Amino acid sequence: MARPTSSHSKPGRTLLLLLALILALGGTMFLQQAYTPKLGLDLAGGTTVTLSPVTQDGAPPPEEILDRAVNIIRDRVNGTGISDAEVAKSGDNIIISIPGVGQSEAIELVATTAELRFRQVLAMEMTPIAQEQLATEAPSPGVSPTASTGPSSAPSVTPSRSAGPQSSVSPSVSPTGKGLSSALTDPEPSPSQTPRQGDRGTQDKKATPSPSATGEPSPGPDAQNPNAQIDAEGIDPAVLKQYTALDCTDPKNRGQGVQDDPGKQYAACESDGSFKYILDVAKVVGTDIDTATAGVQQGSTEWVVQLDFKSAGAQEWSKLTSTAYNSQEPRNKVAVVLDGVVITAPNIISPIPGGRAEITGGFDQQSANELAEQLKYGALPLKFERSSIDTVSSTLGQDQLEGGLISGLIGLILVVVYCLLYYRGLGIVAVLSLVVASILTYTAVVVLGHNAGFRLSLPHIIGLVVSIGITADSFIVYFERIRDEMKEGRRTLRAAVEVAWVRARRTILIADAVMFIAAIVLYLLSVGGVAGFAFAMGLTTLIDIVVVFMFTKPLIALLARLKFFAKGHPLSGLDAERMSAVDTSGTRRKTTPQEA
Amino acid sequence: MGLGRRLYRGEIDVDFVGKWRLWYSLSAVLLVISFAGLLINGLNLGVEFKGGSVFSFKPQTTVSVQEVRETFLEQGIHQPIVQTAGDRYRVTTETLAERQSLQMQDSISKEFGTPVDQVNVQSIGASWGGEVSTKALWGLVAFMVAIILYLSMAFEPKMALAAIVALLHDLVITAGVYAWSGFEVTPATLLGFLTILGYSLYDAVVVFDMIKEVTAKLGATSKQTYSMAANDALNHTLIRSLNTSLVAILPVAAILFIGTTVLGAGTLKDLALALFVGMIVGTYSSICVATPMLVTLKEREPKYQAIARRLASTGGGKGGAKRTAAAKG
Repeated sequence: MARPTSSHSKPGRTLLLLLALILALGGTMFLQQAYTPKLGLDLAGGTTVTLSPVTQDGAPPPEEILDRAVNIIRDRVNGTGISDAEVAKSGDNIIISIPGVGQSEAIELVATTAELRFRQVLAMEMTPIAQEQLATEAPSPGVSPTASTGPSSAPSVTPSRSAGPQSSVSPSVSPTGKGLSSALTDPEPSPSQTPRQGDRGTQDKKATPSPSATGEPSPGPDAQNPNAQIDAEGIDPAVLKQYTALDCTDPKNRGQGVQDDPGKQYAACESDGSFKYILDVAKVVGTDIDTATAGVQQGSTEWVVQLDFKSAGAQEWSKLTSTAYNSQEPRNKVAVVLDGVVITAPNIISPIPGGRAEITGGFDQQSANELAEQLKYGALPLKFERSSIDTVSSTLGQDQLEGGLISGLIGLILVVVYCLLYYRGLGIVAVLSLVVASILTYTAVVVLGHNAGFRLSLPHIIGLVVSIGITADSFIVYFERIRDEMKEGRRTLRAAVEVAWVRARRTILIADAVMFIAAIVLYLLSVGGVAGFAFAMGLTTLIDIVVVFMFTKPLIALLARLKFFAKGHPLSGLDAERMSAVDTSGTRRKTTPQEA
Repeated sequence: MGLGRRLYRGEIDVDFVGKWRLWYSLSAVLLVISFAGLLINGLNLGVEFKGGSVFSFKPQTTVSVQEVRETFLEQGIHQPIVQTAGDRYRVTTETLAERQSLQMQDSISKEFGTPVDQVNVQSIGASWGGEVSTKALWGLVAFMVAIILYLSMAFEPKMALAAIVALLHDLVITAGVYAWSGFEVTPATLLGFLTILGYSLYDAVVVFDMIKEVTAKLGATSKQTYSMAANDALNHTLIRSLNTSLVAILPVAAILFIGTTVLGAGTLKDLALALFVGMIVGTYSSICVATPMLVTLKEREPKYQAIARRLASTGGGKGGAKRTAAAKG
């Protein structure tokens, strides 16, 4: 901050520096073509949802888990097609801001914690999406049903036992799930494409992409009469109906956040929409998993996800896999359902006892880690409760914005009038200083809005209006000090301006420091509006210091050279009449300054 | 010479410090009344603290409060609280589930012609308010600690203590005003309270800065006791204190005016009201509570006791506090 000596000798230079600062901010606005602040939802209209994490012991959740939750929720919100929505962390809470009104239904889904389920596949079919994928990648040799893909490329579940005999079995399985490659390899285990599959009279559905290498299979007709194709044995007719109606090409039906009842059969889509399934009741659920880790398979470079089940879960898992193993395609698959969506559905080629399993195939480090974490925590790593939902219509927002601006304007005018009446000539300095402070504040808000995501909300505006007083106070402190010095009658104005500055500066800095501490503490410890208010207070306190040091002081130093002020013109605010040292009325003479 | 003129010229000479008994009793009475209000009435906590849903809308047709209430009762809502604010209606209910609240929006729209997307809804879970309050409380504690440390360094611990006492004084009295008047306490009110903290201290800081400067010169041979010097400093900064308070209250008054007349109940009004009360109390306390408190603490120090004894024996200090001193240096 300007040292007294530098501002003393070169007020002009300081003013130029300030001008440069304003021009820089203005130039940024010009370059970005951004002239108005970004408005918060309470002013622009929209819905704000505050989610608070619910932990069992009430302790705040670890930072990284919260961050992951933010990312998942952001994906979900974007997945619903709402544009311009923002998801941000605020303390331990997550705040979702959605512009516009009428989106509350979408919000309902956003914060749901869906559980992980393992369900046996009862029926499945390919969707047009998978067929497109097939078509575009037709040349892939995997299309041929006979081209049984090696275990390395196809996702598979293997019982993983350190050195057990089973490791050699390496039952390969192909979950769908990983997009095209798995879709292609999916039919692999069923050597025959004929719908009729020997024993049990299992009707094998069109699920198996009739792999005419060109990828032409059209499930269309099937969809109209699915019952003809599906082995309805053991399938709840209601679920069958849902299944028929389910359109997996519509992204809505594969957005996460759907609640599925683990005790009921369930019709679901693959997460990329390539398959749809009828799934049995969930025999194994997410809580049965002890841990899930991503790692590189021994002796290869392939990323796998390793599952360890808890003891009860291990038994269930063993039962589930043997049931699937003893079933016919497609009932030999176990779907991993997360958030109501099938993320993968590997074939089970052997029962998997022992409580460990490995999911392989098509993973890279990132996707393996992602799956492992999803398996570990469920879709959302935390349970949330909607603490507050606030919907503000655009008209109310408009009203509030206008109310805030009008009161700011009135407040400013009142302060200006008061300064001019009381301080006269010096009042002009105060008014100009307020103008400079306003310009700085406005440009700062605009630039922050476009570069740092700052949204002007009602608490901000109130904070800004309230701090007009703080800014003006700095001038008052300084002006009163100058008058003190003048009263003593021993100094010229130019000298008084400098001496008064040294003292006023200390007072202003201490007082501003108190305000700034208040702002920081409030900002760090509070939520929502209080934080916004504190931010505005902190910003204006900084701007106040800039204005007083770089504008008010240098300007007064310059003006002190003018005759108007130096000679104490009655309108200057420094006239003899108001300085008690020279008492013109003669009714009372001031004692000489007291020696303490 | 009129008071205004003397104010303008800075010729104020009031024995604030000497009248400490008056101020202490006045403050004590105010505090007792405030505590009584808090105990008897309690604070009227807004929906943000208790949990609940608030619907706010502008009917397109003329409706009565009774009609609005019935519309809510028909939807199975038990105790709707209907308020009017300007041409807006504000209805507070228990916390509604998302579906229920959508239904309510629909029926408001049907009954009163307000487009559905112009019906504002705010739903707050019951535990949220607790969290907000807890955070605010911690904020307050952290703030006090930070301020005591900072003021102890910038000035001295006794000044920090006096400033904090004045601060608590302001908060309790402002809360008392809310308790007795039954004004709703919302998060915006909380903002107001928190701002009062800043202002109250800001004022005290400026006064103390001057006291520090004036009393620094007190020595074995000085003609003033600590009380006199402090009183001089107080008179000296009085203009500034009053000017500052006025300049600070003007924008708040503007917010209060607009908030009440144009917007009706809402953030602006809640906040401005707290500020308005708090600032007036704050101005009073920085002059009549913080400084006398500081003097009471300081006069116990041997150094200042010695001065007081010497001046009392010579009678030299008798009129000291009556004189106006200009701080000089």
